[in-house]
Amino acid sequence: MNVTYPDSLADALEAVGAGAIPLAGGTDLMVETNFGHADPQDVVVLRRLDELAVWEGNLLGAGVTWRKIETAGPRALAQAARTVGSPQIRNAGTIGGNIGTASPAGDGLPFLAAVDASIELASSRGTRSLPWDEFFLGVKKTALGPDEMITGVRLPDELPERQEFAKIGARNAMVIATVCCVVTRGDGGATRVALGSVAPTPIRARRAEEMISSVATPTDNDLAEFARLVSEEVTPITDHRSTEEYRRHASGVLARRLLERCLR
Amino acid sequence: MLAVIVVFNLNGKRSTARVMAPTSLLDVLRDEMGLPGSKSACEQGECGSCSVMLDDVLVCSCLVMAVDAEGSDIRTVEGMSSGDFLHPVQEAMHQAGAVQCGFCTPGFVVAAVDLFEKNPKPSTEEIKEALAGNLCRCTGYGAILRAFEDLAGGAK
Repeated sequence: MNVTYPDSLADALEAVGAGAIPLAGGTDLMVETNFGHADPQDVVVLRRLDELAVWEGNLLGAGVTWRKIETAGPRALAQAARTVGSPQIRNAGTIGGNIGTASPAGDGLPFLAAVDASIELASSRGTRSLPWDEFFLGVKKTALGPDEMITGVRLPDELPERQEFAKIGARNAMVIATVCCVVTRGDGGATRVALGSVAPTPIRARRAEEMISSVATPTDNDLAEFARLVSEEVTPITDHRSTEEYRRHASGVLARRLLERCLR
Repeated sequence: MLAVIVVFNLNGKRSTARVMAPTSLLDVLRDEMGLPGSKSACEQGECGSCSVMLDDVLVCSCLVMAVDAEGSDIRTVEGMSSGDFLHPVQEAMHQAGAVQCGFCTPGFVVAAVDLFEKNPKPSTEEIKEALAGNLCRCTGYGAILRAFEDLAGGAK
């Protein structure tokens, strides 16, 4: 096999341009490899590449681990980080890997959708920044070019002070989400709702957002209507983890619960 | 097929492995380095029985590509005791009867060593959270938890 140990991001991008597969935490790629679904004979090893581990202001490097986000991230992203895998997985797995894998159940992705984050991409040709909804195209499908690498994620300069994440699954630790959700609410009432595991990509419940954002002090009826709209907007499927009906129901319940936490 | 020569520090000893494929560090430890203490079970990071310290970070060695260990410090369960003396974590498990079939034990030892090195007086909740990535199917969680509560000085 062929392995590149890059000294710089430029070295890494050159290797990716020549066909190397980026290896960061390995928590997704090695599962695929161990089960014979991938055979990465040409890899570029990124774990110790400092340029990807940067975290400056609103720019999170792709190599920032869940462990670090758990302890230092914005509230709802830190809450999401704490539910990723186990301590072992969080020590190795990175936000860049979560974005690149683009699983519908990626725990970190609803936060990125809720705050309208941009995905930072680079290749030897240059860099570009894509809004999250132009990057995530389908189940494990993204707009990443064949010679490109995810270098980070850019959050907006101002994040809403009230922001909550929660996830429903069959157990507390080591669980893939049945539904996960982020709700944020700004001072003027502007509300954002993003959900995971209920569509091919992370999604926003925009009609529910619009309805509740104009209500300064939501009543029980408003909250019920908000939950109903969220349940209407998701497009879940039935699979081995849950049913379409349960996911639809749980989406509304979860979004309402998180909104109530934001309103406290 | 081209081999990659990977040099790392294994339990304090400079070691070299010839890696031919994108295999896991776990496979190299067990099959090339003669260290079968780290167990191979789920191969997807679910069970924690392959836990090792990679550059002082607790990881599942089944999810570390062996070539990524180049230049790294690796500590496995074999490196935890000092000569004939068990590590305090091992001694605590022994005293509490926290070993049944023993398959999960190496992973629990490494995860607990990591916990106690970072936090010598963990609470019961902190112990549970630190061991959330290690499965015991016997199932002996009660005794394992008591072992580490005792080691922490009667954590509650």
